[in-house]
Amino acid sequence: MNGRPQTGGIRSSFAPWEDPSARPLVRFEAVSKAFGDTAAVKRLDLSIYEGEFFALLGPSGCGKTTLMRMLAGFEAPDAGRILLGDRDISAEPPHRRPVHMMFQSYALFPHLNVAQNIGFGLRRQGVSRAETTARVEEMLALVKLEGLGRRRPDQLSGGQQQRVALARALAPRPRILLLDEPMAALDKKLREETQFELMALQQDLGLTFMIVTHDQDEAMVLADRIAVMREGEIVQIGRPAEVYEAPVDRYVAGFIGDVNLFEGRIEAAGDGRIRLHSADGVFEAEGAADAADVGWLAVRPEKITVHSEPPPPGGNQLAGRLLDYGYLGDWTTYLVELAPGRTVRAARANATRTPAQTLGCDDPIWLTFAPSSAIVLTR
Amino acid sequence: MKPPRNGLAAIAPMLWLAVFFVFPFLLVAKLSLSDTALSMPPYVPRIDWQQGLAGLQAVFAGLDNETYARLAQDRLYLDAYLSSLRLAGIGTGLLLLIGYPVAYGISRCPPTLRQALVMAVILPFWTSFLIRIYAWIAILKPAGVLNTALHGLGLPGVDILNTETAVLLGLVYAYLPFMVLPLYAVLERQDQRLIEAAQDLGSTPLSAFWRITFPLSLPGAVAGALLCFIPMAGEFVIPDLLGGSETLMLGRVIWTEFFSNRDWPAASAVAIVLLATLVIPILLFERQQAKVLS
Repeated sequence: MNGRPQTGGIRSSFAPWEDPSARPLVRFEAVSKAFGDTAAVKRLDLSIYEGEFFALLGPSGCGKTTLMRMLAGFEAPDAGRILLGDRDISAEPPHRRPVHMMFQSYALFPHLNVAQNIGFGLRRQGVSRAETTARVEEMLALVKLEGLGRRRPDQLSGGQQQRVALARALAPRPRILLLDEPMAALDKKLREETQFELMALQQDLGLTFMIVTHDQDEAMVLADRIAVMREGEIVQIGRPAEVYEAPVDRYVAGFIGDVNLFEGRIEAAGDGRIRLHSADGVFEAEGAADAADVGWLAVRPEKITVHSEPPPPGGNQLAGRLLDYGYLGDWTTYLVELAPGRTVRAARANATRTPAQTLGCDDPIWLTFAPSSAIVLTR
Repeated sequence: MKPPRNGLAAIAPMLWLAVFFVFPFLLVAKLSLSDTALSMPPYVPRIDWQQGLAGLQAVFAGLDNETYARLAQDRLYLDAYLSSLRLAGIGTGLLLLIGYPVAYGISRCPPTLRQALVMAVILPFWTSFLIRIYAWIAILKPAGVLNTALHGLGLPGVDILNTETAVLLGLVYAYLPFMVLPLYAVLERQDQRLIEAAQDLGSTPLSAFWRITFPLSLPGAVAGALLCFIPMAGEFVIPDLLGGSETLMLGRVIWTEFFSNRDWPAASAVAIVLLATLVIPILLFERQQAKVLS
């Protein structure tokens, strides 16, 4: 959404979920969980594949954390089962599961030093003292904390603590690593650096990662696949680009990135196109949908072109008044009022250094978008 | 440089310490270096303020450590001293054994129940300490509540009043809240995610307790132990009411010296020795705490 590279492109050949013969590493089968009267997870099915970086994305209270805690073993499903390979782990206590978790608050043991924290899981597995020491050194090098093994957690910066938490969860080589909002406590710059390091680490080690986050940017950058959750259910699951460019409904479209929605009557226009009759005009869009009394067109701000002069007639056009604009360095965003109370967002990449900004507030402004840029939504 | 406000704020506790600790301590120390005399008060030298500085010098000249020498020679004092430390030590051990599970249990209850249980721990304080110890006499005496109950169950009775067992029972009973509360304070605010993290990394619940919960609760255990050990070593009421004549404790020795023998210097010297013994572990603890913090 804001121009950062996406993993989908880097690993476009990695798609075990498209291979019907591939066996998932983790399978949730009709898993339900309620706390009192509140259903946290509702008959949910989900498969995660070996080597995948999987993101659970949703607002707080959508059930993503409960789902992760059930995989770690801290919550037991009320119904359904959870399989790791062929093994039903639904009833196994956390200490028997080869699943490790990096906690949001890191949960480092304050009375143990860094090396003892990282070696904790290894020692519990019965790894000898000498081998633990060697493995801890490896992990320290992996997360670039060489020489800090004897420090106590409270003597480390937030970023260093995060690395210790990561190393501690990775050291016993889990079948799947769970990351609970791993960047929440880091500042923006550190967060971006860490995201790329985390991706590199995951691919180098060939491990399976599952991340829980409410931050859509983070999910987009990190994940091979994103599952968008709402009220205990998965609304959509797919590659970041699929979820962004082809959301299944207004919820997903609005949750991931900014979106402009036009509501209206849908009619077929032939040639794989539809026409939407809305209060703001008649728009054409590519997409298959049955004629419907109520439907929506979703258009991302960056797919709308801004004009300071009236464009030649034809195509999808909007006219309005520039209400506000924001210069963000890489982007400039425009808030355009079409009619009182109805606004549209547009965004333009600042591809050149010469100020293209000739528009001022309250100036008349025209917007266009291509039929292929609009998403047709029926729910 | 610290802002002067800090200096001012520090004066109040310093003043408190000077008036209620340092000054009485110096008085007792001076008393312990004096000699007994048939007078009122029953010791010499006394400071004659009318002579001014010369009087003060005369007092210093009159002080000696004769009383301490006497304490060292008489086995009674040494026995009472060791017996006090032993009883306080055993009592502290028992308190840890009983208080820890109680504190742990409360800290793992739902929050609403926790409040009520903490209240229940404090509740005995609403009754006079003396009455509660007297009640133990009624329970433990040969035809008391305990033996009646035992006989009712067809079991042989026990005669433990006026024994060390009764003293230990009384000590544990009276000091339990002082052990439970600091332990509870530490256990209650412990981050449960640490336990989850330990289990996630392969610890059984029991192993997670010993590796995480227990070591992290040690400051509470040390605080509770000091809070109980120190007053128990000088305890007077409990051994006096529940203990027999063979139960020697320093609290009783001090009382006897002071009120029966009118030997104020000896009573003071015993008190000073007790204080000195207790100060050492406190200082060691403080230093260790400071090291952990730095």
